[in-house]
Amino acid sequence: MDLFEYQGKELLRKFEVPVPEGRVAGNPEEAAEAARSLGGKVVVKAQVQVGGRGKAGGIKLAASPDEAKKMAGQILGMDIKGHTVKRVLIERAGDISSEYYFSLLVDRSARDFLGLMSAKGGVDIEEVSESDPEAIARVHIDPLLGISDFHARELVFGSKIEPKARTEALAIIPKLYKAFVGLDASLIEVNPMVLTGEGRVIALDAKVTIDDSADYRHQSFAELKSAHEIPEQERLAKEKGLNFIKLEGDVGIIGNGAGLVMSTLDVVKAAGGEPANFLDVGGGAGAELLSNALEVITSDGGVKSVLVNIFGGITRCDLVAEGIIDAFNRLDMKVPVVVRLDGTNAEKGRKLLSDAPHDNLLAADTMLGAAEKVVALSHASHAKDG
Amino acid sequence: MSILVDNDTKLVVQGLTGREGSFHGNRNKEYGTNLVAGVTPGKGGTDVDGTPIFDTVDEAVRATGANTSMVFVPPRFAADAILESHDSGIDVIVAITEGVPAMDMARTVSHLRCGVNGTTLIGPNCPGVISPGKANVGIIPGEICEPGPIGLVSRSGTLTYQIVHELSQRDFGQSTCVGIGGDPIPGSNFIDLFEEFEADPETELVVMVGEIGGDAEERAAEWAKDNMDTPIVAYIAGLTAPPGKRMGHAGAIVSGSKGTAKAKIEALEAAGIRVGKNPTEVAEIVAELRAG
Repeated sequence: MDLFEYQGKELLRKFEVPVPEGRVAGNPEEAAEAARSLGGKVVVKAQVQVGGRGKAGGIKLAASPDEAKKMAGQILGMDIKGHTVKRVLIERAGDISSEYYFSLLVDRSARDFLGLMSAKGGVDIEEVSESDPEAIARVHIDPLLGISDFHARELVFGSKIEPKARTEALAIIPKLYKAFVGLDASLIEVNPMVLTGEGRVIALDAKVTIDDSADYRHQSFAELKSAHEIPEQERLAKEKGLNFIKLEGDVGIIGNGAGLVMSTLDVVKAAGGEPANFLDVGGGAGAELLSNALEVITSDGGVKSVLVNIFGGITRCDLVAEGIIDAFNRLDMKVPVVVRLDGTNAEKGRKLLSDAPHDNLLAADTMLGAAEKVVALSHASHAKDG
Repeated sequence: MSILVDNDTKLVVQGLTGREGSFHGNRNKEYGTNLVAGVTPGKGGTDVDGTPIFDTVDEAVRATGANTSMVFVPPRFAADAILESHDSGIDVIVAITEGVPAMDMARTVSHLRCGVNGTTLIGPNCPGVISPGKANVGIIPGEICEPGPIGLVSRSGTLTYQIVHELSQRDFGQSTCVGIGGDPIPGSNFIDLFEEFEADPETELVVMVGEIGGDAEERAAEWAKDNMDTPIVAYIAGLTAPPGKRMGHAGAIVSGSKGTAKAKIEALEAAGIRVGKNPTEVAEIVAELRAG
């Protein structure tokens, strides 16, 4: 999960990484109060998990608490690339002499850790990587051995940051590495890392992504996560043990296994439909889970038809069929459901479905046939509505 | 021949006494896999439906000659279980467990790659390995597979079954099907398996099943261009996946402009590898290549 900037900085501070003094505010009054306690001249920063907030007007300088209040009023509630700003970070403003880039990440292809540093900071690093790859110093770190001083030197000298920033940068890098490992992070990106007018090097921004699989090692992460709002439908699905992601379309999708569900979305799209969601019931799903999955999907009034695509391995198709029939008996199912079953006990499952007395419950023999059928039904529903 | 598992496989299951472990361990045994032992600390001396349980993998190896292990323990114990098998001289470790922290895998894989014991790790978060008619180590349903000349390597589980099913229906049997798993740091990647398949005289064509996230497919395409004579047919899931959303698998995420299905398909096609638009088309391309 991506943390908010203020959360990432709080964690980095625990690892003695220098970050600007700041406080988080949820309304303009709190922003004014925070500015007062920080000495007046502050930066007001929108807390959203998306890049490019500066360009979108989500970062503003305020010379006084009153101005901070006004700026916070403008930024709070703002929509930045689909993210609503609920909090602002108020930080003491300082002189910036230079901006650098630094990051540490899990390198999937090399199966180790990768450190990156550049004297070109404060800009989109992907663009720098395209236009001037030489400007980025890279160093691979063996996860078993951890960081050595030479790794930090290769980054600092290789990135050609100003000589006067070297000593402090060399001291910060091992601390960031310690934070990376200690937090089970998959990414720590400091963009920019700055050299201040006073000659200090600090992390002016921080993007920290933590590995959800390691939550059990970090009791405090549950609280951090509670600050992240998840849509009602997603919350409901999670409660029921379903892996659900809302999408834009009107064809509901249920499948078992992430790869098969992704593939199902693709074939529905190729057949001219727009998937309404990604929903993976996982391995070994029983009747109740299937019934719940249908309930979650149809709780969205915009869904016009549903495709259930199951390839039974540990999952038994007869139980899947029972769950679907249960949903039909239990709920007022207004939308047609196309079901394709293959694998373990598929025959038995298909028989159960064909014996069920529901007109809206339709069977399909193949994955592609099912996709065509469910898309035709969603189009027919639109024709009727329109 | 086949790769990784066959008639010489002697399987030890780490976590055989658990609900999932015993269910799948016994299913593998029914398929014909030589299941020789289970390991659960503290339960040594007991048995699961006739299979002896040991306290440590080392004991199991010494008593039974086990050369392959399947890891079915909870995520927080998985890295330890893998390292234990490695230390006990196991040749092939198949880790089914989902949800192992990336930090644990980074360290474990780094250690295994030092190569002292020459261990191959498949997974974690994978459906396992099956050489049809010989041995099944994992949760892939044996009944959908048929022996034959197609090697299959995939980052997914059920999607693999779908494609195997499409192949079997057209009478294209498989030498070995390998699920390498959907995690960011897998023990083995596409290139590792390409190398194995290229060296296997029985594998005449390889099907690769990739998905969004990372650049393993791009790198495999590049590698295959220079190193593979065996033809490859590919499929990539997730063309419609929105950026920034983790699509079920820990590793299935488009980050910025990186890891998209489109980029992967382009890289594969640039390397002369044909890519099916859906699982059915993959089997159709295989049919075309086999006929030609």
